[in-house]
Amino acid sequence: MSVRRKANRSTPYLFLLPAALVMALGLLYPVLRSAWLSFHDWKLGTPPDAAVFTGWENYIFLLEDPKVLESTLVTLTFAFSVVALEVVIGVALALLLERPIRGMTVFRTIFILPMMIAPIVVGLIWRYMYSEQFGILNQMLKAIGLGGVPWLSSPDMALISVIIADVWQWTPFIFILAMAALQSLPSSALEAARIDGATPLQTVFYIKIPLMMPVIIVATLLRLIDAFKVLEVIFIMTYGGPGLSTEILSLHIYKTAFVSQQLGRASALSNLLLMIVLCLSIALFVFNKVREGQAQRTR
Amino acid sequence: MRSKQLGTIGYYGLLIILALICLGPIILMLTTSLKLKTQIFDDSFSFFFMPTLTNYVAVFQDERLGRDLSNSLIVGLVSTVITLTLGCMAAYALVRFRFMGRDAVSITTLLLRMVPPAVLVVPVFMIWTYDLSLTNTLTGVIIIYVALNLPFVIWILQSFIEQVPPALEEAARMDGANPFQVFFLVVLPLIRPGLAAAAIFTFRIAWNEFILALVLTNRVTRTIPVKVSLFITEHNIEWGQIMAIGTLIAIPPLVFTFVASKQIITGLTAGAVKG
Repeated sequence: MSVRRKANRSTPYLFLLPAALVMALGLLYPVLRSAWLSFHDWKLGTPPDAAVFTGWENYIFLLEDPKVLESTLVTLTFAFSVVALEVVIGVALALLLERPIRGMTVFRTIFILPMMIAPIVVGLIWRYMYSEQFGILNQMLKAIGLGGVPWLSSPDMALISVIIADVWQWTPFIFILAMAALQSLPSSALEAARIDGATPLQTVFYIKIPLMMPVIIVATLLRLIDAFKVLEVIFIMTYGGPGLSTEILSLHIYKTAFVSQQLGRASALSNLLLMIVLCLSIALFVFNKVREGQAQRTR
Repeated sequence: MRSKQLGTIGYYGLLIILALICLGPIILMLTTSLKLKTQIFDDSFSFFFMPTLTNYVAVFQDERLGRDLSNSLIVGLVSTVITLTLGCMAAYALVRFRFMGRDAVSITTLLLRMVPPAVLVVPVFMIWTYDLSLTNTLTGVIIIYVALNLPFVIWILQSFIEQVPPALEEAARMDGANPFQVFFLVVLPLIRPGLAAAAIFTFRIAWNEFILALVLTNRVTRTIPVKVSLFITEHNIEWGQIMAIGTLIAIPPLVFTFVASKQIITGLTAGAVKG
């Protein structure tokens, strides 16, 4: 009996150990190592032993470098614009198209295709479509008598173009979530609204949207976290240009590390990005806990 | 009655327009990959053209492409198998056992899921190069992809394991099965749908990943997304050939989507709807 109990106590750790080891090696240790590195000056191509401790210098540099400020602004503009557009369009479409019909599964399958293909391929496709001379978008504009748009070559337009590509890829995510939320709304609330003579528009704004709010908030936070991770699509489409007009933080980190070869500074930048994402994650986590608590109370 | 019919037409009309917006760019990639250079640069719009495999023949003339593809395939398959094995064991421990440190592990896993790959690029490059000598090996890429995918896989499999009735496991234990037998012979077969969803997501991420592969591989070990990026930085962009490689990269995820859209939607929505 005692042998058995002993086995029981170590069993969960045995099950957990392999996964925990790999995550510690590939995620946790790198994050800690990056924190260490951010206080050092280390050039690419020299061994880590050559790294010199420089205290807060890398962080002071971050605060003083106008490029970092601009890149942060680009990142915030990009992330908040794409998420706002995706949530508004996605939820609106779900409300318009909510109705159980035959063939919906086929449409849903088509809608998830843009999210499934590689970001790098999405970047390729959109760079091709945005081409000024032979891209399909300018060809269509010319066909209806309008002039071409400098999609990726003008600094003002480039960020908008990059945002459009992300909206194309990820609006379906919000749409599918909103559809699922709509289908699980309590029929009693909708029934009550109908009996009270609510117009369809009133039902949408006073019943459906408030009831969908928890799902919308979670989806928004999830999308925001993902928007701060974007890298590949922009890497291929503009490589941050023209100028710094589309240089999001993740790309700026890459360039600082492997083009400017300043690995210490790149680590400090990484920590800045990590902090933003961590705050959003904690917000998501807390929100979900509160929601669980409420669900248990109503039950 | 008539307005209802009009409504239905408008409804399907909108759905079809949305489907075209989603599909259009993907179809454009496919058709471009089947066009000759002169047809691509022809600025009068042409819907009808003679498809040609010239671009595919051209890209496969480069022998390295075959190696890049097989690297991607090896990395994708091996990391999927390892992630799933380790992930379902960890998820089982978190769901079925009460032990010290359980909450800490569970919260850390959730938070690690949010770490952007761009944050990992520098430290992983450093650790892989100087501590472990794993750069330029497929093993190195596989390890980081397993780590990257584990938090999501653990988290999604938890909800599937919760649904397995504990009575079944209890019965197996009564018959003298040890914990590992219970897990592999009783629990695993029951969570096959969850494993399928997890496998698709893991393979897709490993197959599509670019930035870590760019930093951690060389000419011999590079994966196919890295190959594309090398094409695009050249001055004279061969759009037909690039789109041919783009199509090759897109095929596996697209096939998965058509075969298992239900599992994919489960995976995508699990986070937000259930909380």
